[in-house]
This record gives sequence, structure tokens and C-alpha cells, in this order.
Amino acid sequence: MSILLSSNFQWVFFSTLILGIASGLIGCLAYFKKQSLMSDALSHAALPGVMIAFLLFQEKSFLMLITGAYISAFIGALFINLIKSTTRIKEDSAMGIVLAVFFGGGIVLLTIVNRSSGGNKAGLDQFIFGQAASMIGSDVLMMTILALLVTVVVIVAFKEWKLFLFDPHFAKGLNLSMTTMNGLYIILLVLTIVIGIQAVGVILMSALLIIPPVSARYWTHSFKRMMILSAIFGGLGGAIGTTISTQGASWPTGPFIVLTLGSIFLVSLLFGNKKGLIVEWILFRNKQNELEQNSSLVREGNS
Amino acid sequence: MTYTGWILLTASLVGISCGIVGVLLILRRMAMMADAISHTVLLGIVTAYLLTQSLNGIHMVIGAAITGVLTAYFVQWLNTRGVQQDAAIGVVFTTLFALGVILIATKVGNVHLDVKHALMGEITFIPWDTIDVPIIGDVPIATLTLTFVLFLVLFVIVLFYKEWKITTFDPALAASIGIPVVVMHYLYMTVLSITTVAAFDAVGAIMVVAMLITPAAAAYLWTDRLFVMFVLSAIFGVFSAIGGYYFAVLIDTSISGSMAFATGVVFLISILFSPRHGLLSYWIRPIATK
Repeated sequence: MSILLSSNFQWVFFSTLILGIASGLIGCLAYFKKQSLMSDALSHAALPGVMIAFLLFQEKSFLMLITGAYISAFIGALFINLIKSTTRIKEDSAMGIVLAVFFGGGIVLLTIVNRSSGGNKAGLDQFIFGQAASMIGSDVLMMTILALLVTVVVIVAFKEWKLFLFDPHFAKGLNLSMTTMNGLYIILLVLTIVIGIQAVGVILMSALLIIPPVSARYWTHSFKRMMILSAIFGGLGGAIGTTISTQGASWPTGPFIVLTLGSIFLVSLLFGNKKGLIVEWILFRNKQNELEQNSSLVREGNS
Repeated sequence: MTYTGWILLTASLVGISCGIVGVLLILRRMAMMADAISHTVLLGIVTAYLLTQSLNGIHMVIGAAITGVLTAYFVQWLNTRGVQQDAAIGVVFTTLFALGVILIATKVGNVHLDVKHALMGEITFIPWDTIDVPIIGDVPIATLTLTFVLFLVLFVIVLFYKEWKITTFDPALAASIGIPVVVMHYLYMTVLSITTVAAFDAVGAIMVVAMLITPAAAAYLWTDRLFVMFVLSAIFGVFSAIGGYYFAVLIDTSISGSMAFATGVVFLISILFSPRHGLLSYWIRPIATK
């Protein structure tokens, strides 16, 4: 337990908490844009960028690596858009292609990096599954600042996001440019993904964006409350998952965060008061009883 | 046969099986389902290992096929309960995959089975792990498994060729003339899972996704006929496997990563030069016909 008191752990804990909140918020936007799996494709597409940045600068500077990740994920997004809009291949196939090919390229580069460079390469493997515990002070600070930035942008422009998602025509009438909003949305989405990949890893980063909003849906129908809940779930997942993963030597962080989120989802699915399984079952039984009573009344009336 | 020969044969078998299975994946718009299944089979493999304590091929195939079908079932079930299809896929596969990774990290302990192997495959080890087959002699186990899987895939596709065609292009018609659409869906999911797990050993989980989706999508740009698409997709798969191998040897890097990358190159060529759907033909076409 002594690890829980170390200041480095407290920083990492805080940063994954903020990361969870930011992804919970952005995840809601992605959910209503029907682009949940887009985040999966983009997080995989970030891997070659990380490796190229490392090969170019030969150092593990967080800023350089996430800049590389950002550029390559952005190129991935452009490719998906290009394939979707110019050929008859559908969006999901386009996402699958970009995901697999970029990740393959990333693995090719990762192998080269592992083979060629000396001692300072250590820790690049962690981009696959994430290793929050091994992050150092300056990385954590950077990650926290960027995640806070994302959170603030989403909260400040809450009304605009709502219009952007649910009533684009009305928004146009108010002189709100949809192209700008869409651009901002993609920038925030990619930013959240790339700051998350060092902590959670490229393979499971998408879970942090997908599971919180889906779980929140079981508790409320209001968009605002859903955003708040999704942020809370994301934050909880990040914080609890990180804490568990520091208990074992070299346990990967990403899977524990995802499993925590998965448990939150399971609880929501069972006990959620909107479309939760138990509530639905009770409603169903009440309806059945009512029906039975009615039919027995009818029988009595007939006799 | 030589060491390189076995590797190329095994990789080509992966290319053909995945290429053929992938065609239906693209046409049924379930590309991301392949991504999901290729991740969740890891859980099936780990569970099979924990239950039997052996890395025997047949247990793994069964375990993986079960988790694959379960994944498909969960996604379908969440979807009918009002979760968007892609969000449902995202929830199910990330959770099950995370569970698999955690089981490996905590219970199995990186000795016999490690995550990196599962993700990237270790095709270079395949020729060492052989089994004695009458008449032919020593054959690598993975190659033998993949040959069986290829025959299974071909058998299922050829046997129900007409049914696949109708359920893929017009499910409503298929249902109205009495073809069990749901059964066909789960049969396909089973075939997909079995192919995925067999290819797992050779090229790893994520590369299976590349082999399943990309050659078929490239073939889709060249033809409108289902049969031709099957053949082209298989050819593209083999081509990427062999090309990827030599590229990997050339620059001395991960073979499976390089194969996945090669499928991307095939796709890029297709998207540029395909006569009807390619970008080049789109740009040089007279404006009136656009």
C-alpha cells in the first residue's frame, strides 16, 4: 500500500482521473455522432506516428511523441474520409483498413526501433497496453494540462455542442459554422486519444471513449446529465483502474481501466433506471399481472 | 520443403482463407465485427489454456470459436436493446479483450502464452513445431491446421453459395423464401471465429483484421461479380502475405506487421487504378459522366 502514498502515484492517479473525465465527455459527442468505433481506428492509427517521432528525434519526449501520434491519427482520419467519400467502400470497412494497416506499419517500425536503438528505447512497448505507473512527472503534467483543456472546451461550449449534435439546421440559422464545429470535434477527439495512449495503450484507448456514455444512457435521457454521468464514470474508471494496476509488478494499466469500466457498464445494464434489465423486468411483470387481472375480469363478466 | 517454403505456404494459406471469409464481411458490412472477434478470441484461448493447462490446438480452436460466437451474440443482444451497433461492438470487445490480457498478466505469467505473441504472431517459429503425417512426412502443425480450416471455409462457402448470395444482398427476400437468415448469420460468425483463431498463430490478432478486411475491400473495387471477388480477394491475400514476408526480410522487421502493411499497399494500388471505382479513372473521366 505504500505505493499509494508516493507523490508520483498521486500525480498519475490525478492525471488518469482527468483523462477519464475528458474522454467521458468527448465520448458522449462521439456516441451521438455515431462514431464510437472511429476512436478505435484512430488510436491504432496513432502508433506509427509515435514510432516515427522517436526514430526522428531519438528521445522519449512526451511532446514529440504525442505530436507524432497526433499527425498520424489525423492522417488516418483523412484516409477514412477519403475512402468513404470517393469509393463505394463503406465507413466501417474504411475504418478497419486504416486501423489494421496503420497498426501493422506501427509494429514494423516498433520492431526496427527495438532492434536499432540502445537503452533509451525502453518504454515504447508501453504504448500498446499503457503503463501509467512508469510515467514521469513532466509527462503527467503535460497530460493533465491537455486533458483539462479538452474538458474546459467541452464544458464552455456545451450549448454549441448540443446544437451541433441534435439540431444542425437551427445552428446554421444562428450563424454557427458546422464545418468549424466538426473540425474542432475531430481535433478534440484526436487530442484525447493521443494523450490517453501512453496511459491506456492504443488497443484499449477506445474503451475509455465508448463505455462511459453507453453506461450513462442507462441512467438518464437528458443530454446534460448524461455528459455529467459519463464524465464521472470515465473518471472513476481511470482512477480505480490505475490504482489496481499499481498493485502488481508490471501490470498493464489499460486492461484494468477497461475492466473497471466494463464493471460499471454491467452494473448500469442491470440496475439502470432507464432501460436497465431489472427495471424492464419489473415493468414487464407488472404489465403481465395487469393483463391477467383484466382477462380474469373479462372471464368473470362472461360467466 | 525449406524453412522459407513452409513460412510462405503458411502465410499464403492465411491469405486465402482470410481473403475468402473477408468478402462476405465487406458485403455484409460487418468489417468492425472482425476487429472485435479477433480481439475476443484471446479470451477464449486463455480460458481454454487455464482449463486444460495445455496449448493444444484443438482446445484453443473450440475456446476461440465459442468466444467468437458469444461476442457476436452479445453485440446483437445489446443492439436489439437499443445500444448503437458500433458502440455495442466497442463495449463488448474491449471488455472481453481486457479480461483476456489481465488473465495472461496475472494468472498465466508470460511463460507459455504472452500477449505480444497473440497480437503479433510468431510465424518464424512455425516450421520448428512439426507433426508427422503419413506419406507427406513432417508438416508444421500450424500449416496443417490452416489447411483444414481452408477446406472447411471452402466447404461451407461452396455448399451454401446460393444462400450466402441471397442472405448477403437481399436478406428480406431470403427470409421470405424460407432461408434461415439468423442461422446463416451465426454460421458465418462461427466460420469467422475459426478462421481468426487458426490465423492467430501465424500472423497475430491485429494482422488477421488486415488480412480479413483489406484484400476483400480491394477486390470489391475491381469487380461486381461475387465469384470473381472471392478469387481476387484470395489472390490479393496471397500476394500481400508473400510480398510482406520478403519486405520484412529485406529490412529485418516484424513479419506480420509487414504483411498487414502489404495489404495496405495492395489496397492503395486498387484505389488509385481500379478501372471503375478508382481515383485515377474518376479524375480522367469526362465531367458529364461524373
